[in-house]
Amino acid sequence: MSILIDRNTRIMTQGITGKTGQFHTRMCRDYAYGKECFVAGVNPKKGGEDFDGIPIFGTVEEAKQATGATVSVIYVPPPFAAAAIDEAVDAELDLVICITEGIPVRDMIRTCHRMEGRKTRLVGPNCPGIITPAEIKIGIMPGYIHRKGRVGVVSRSGTLTYEAVAQLMEQGLGQSTCIGIGGDPVNGLRHLDVMKLFNEDDETEAVLMVGEIGGTDEEDCARWVKENMRKPVVGYIAGLTAPPGRRMGHAGAVISGGRGTAQEKLAVLEECGIKVARNPAEMGKVLKSALN
Amino acid sequence: MKIHEYQAKHILHQFGIPIPRGHSCFSVDEAVAAAKKLGGSTWVVKAQIHAGGRGKGGGVKIARSLDEVKQFAGKILGMTLVTPQTGSQGQVVRRLLIEQGLDIRKEFYIGLVVDRGRRRVCLMASAEGGMDIEQVAADHPEKIHKVYIDPEAGLTATEAEDITNRMGFSGAAVAETTALLQNLYRAYDSTDASLVEINPLILTGENRVVALDAKMNFDDNALFRHPDIADLRDLDEEDAAEIEASRYGLSYISLDGNIGCLVNGAGLAMATMDIIKFYGGNPANFLDVGGGATTEKVTEAFKLMLRNPRLQAILINIFGGIMKCDVIAEGVVTAAREVRLNVPLVVRLEGTNAEIGKKILTESGLAIISAANMANAAEKAVTAAASAASAAWAAMPATGS
Repeated sequence: MSILIDRNTRIMTQGITGKTGQFHTRMCRDYAYGKECFVAGVNPKKGGEDFDGIPIFGTVEEAKQATGATVSVIYVPPPFAAAAIDEAVDAELDLVICITEGIPVRDMIRTCHRMEGRKTRLVGPNCPGIITPAEIKIGIMPGYIHRKGRVGVVSRSGTLTYEAVAQLMEQGLGQSTCIGIGGDPVNGLRHLDVMKLFNEDDETEAVLMVGEIGGTDEEDCARWVKENMRKPVVGYIAGLTAPPGRRMGHAGAVISGGRGTAQEKLAVLEECGIKVARNPAEMGKVLKSALN
Repeated sequence: MKIHEYQAKHILHQFGIPIPRGHSCFSVDEAVAAAKKLGGSTWVVKAQIHAGGRGKGGGVKIARSLDEVKQFAGKILGMTLVTPQTGSQGQVVRRLLIEQGLDIRKEFYIGLVVDRGRRRVCLMASAEGGMDIEQVAADHPEKIHKVYIDPEAGLTATEAEDITNRMGFSGAAVAETTALLQNLYRAYDSTDASLVEINPLILTGENRVVALDAKMNFDDNALFRHPDIADLRDLDEEDAAEIEASRYGLSYISLDGNIGCLVNGAGLAMATMDIIKFYGGNPANFLDVGGGATTEKVTEAFKLMLRNPRLQAILINIFGGIMKCDVIAEGVVTAAREVRLNVPLVVRLEGTNAEIGKKILTESGLAIISAANMANAAEKAVTAAASAASAAWAAMPATGS
């Protein structure tokens, strides 16, 4: 088992014909069961064509009807990306993973509003995607650094997640599923939503939560963990040295009005019984110690 | 992106928000001419810098004669204004706003900002205007009234009127304030703002509501559809190194330490700053080179860091995924030669082609300190910076007799 995606998932790529879409579709198809998983592409102007043998459809609905794909990954440029999510939601897909960075917040507020009460789950935007090692990767992370195992990883970052995975591997720990929820202030699944999924997953024994400054996602998740989580959780928060009021690369990584600091988050995590790695080089080590 | 008060007022005025009559000025003569044009007997001379708290730093003065306008304008223009938000280095005042003086009966607060938890824009209003609203929120949260706005319906008349009543307005001012709130949300929404604040909104002696101050910030990711707003950017208000960085697609923020960092990815870049601090050092900057760290980008990143006179060492921390470490290593070697790097350089490469990358660094003949992991890299950078600092100290000519 794993969460959200496995070797039986069937995926369409929205924005398959762009440079990024092409490159990453190839990489994902080459990973584990990718060849069977990536079954369709979507481009409103190129329906009927194909990309490396993957059929392209004019709409998400057509792609779903023709191939049975229930998950989509989006590489559409920022001005059009929210509309691409809307289309996938309207076609009632199960899951949409939006990689695109730079979508206006106003667009995401409207898209999230449209999603209320709908069945589709959104991961991202501005995220590396999801990987269930040795089965399937949907997104831009390097597949080979992962190995199948029993640690769940949820993170707001890209390369910092790869760093966390590498540290787990050094401890001999593989991963059940790794999810990048993205660095934007208004996004889809949050730490808490993913934590609930990991809690129900038989193959996940422990969870590594990689957070950062801004918002209250990590605190909300920690409070839920304290009351409900049946597995050990280890946390790391990036941005202890970040100055207030500045956006640290990610649109959502900002301390505003004195709130959302790493200190504040770490304090809540510890209060809630979550083991914290204060040294970012020790995420793997602390997780290992939490297992014993 | 931030803009000045007078620019924000100009935008708000276009959306029907009442503002004081006033003119922006760049010189004392312009300020006096503006006051004459406005007429009356009281004027407000306001420093225009992006940071808040200007009044506390002496950047806002009430003038009761044209002589005083001249005197205050002369004093404020060119001064380095230090406010709680500028940091100790302050900000030089280059622009003024001269406004008519108004009779203030009562002050209120209105703000619009994204509530991340609810995924909606939140309107906050309070009868405690003119104060530090964060303090009010902390001490008396019940005094701040909130509406989480439905993005499809917008701020409805019913919601706006309810807030107006809770702020304590009565009589003719109710209808006026209700309309103002709705217009303010329209302004926020149609300009892709990320923050709008009116503090204070005032009720005048004649029972009119007026936005006495105004602050607007905008979503950088949406500026592509607002070229008119993008044009309002004032480079004088920004850090020179950060402006330069944005030209090369680098995400850079100046800090006050002595160890420069060059990292791929925002989260890893923050973690790198944190680990430098963890091992007793101080980061000189945040720098995310992004997904495509070409030789050009690395070269520019080096140049940026080397502008900093405090710089004692550089730490490069790369986790190669799609971006291959050998390509980065080539870039680092070329860039280090081009800029004649003269501070210790610690490099940690991990991920795709890391071994090839390390070999390229070793064979370059450059004095690059290679590190096995993040902790090791941070320790080495902190040590290198400390010894560079003490060497500089020892090399300093003796002072005194």
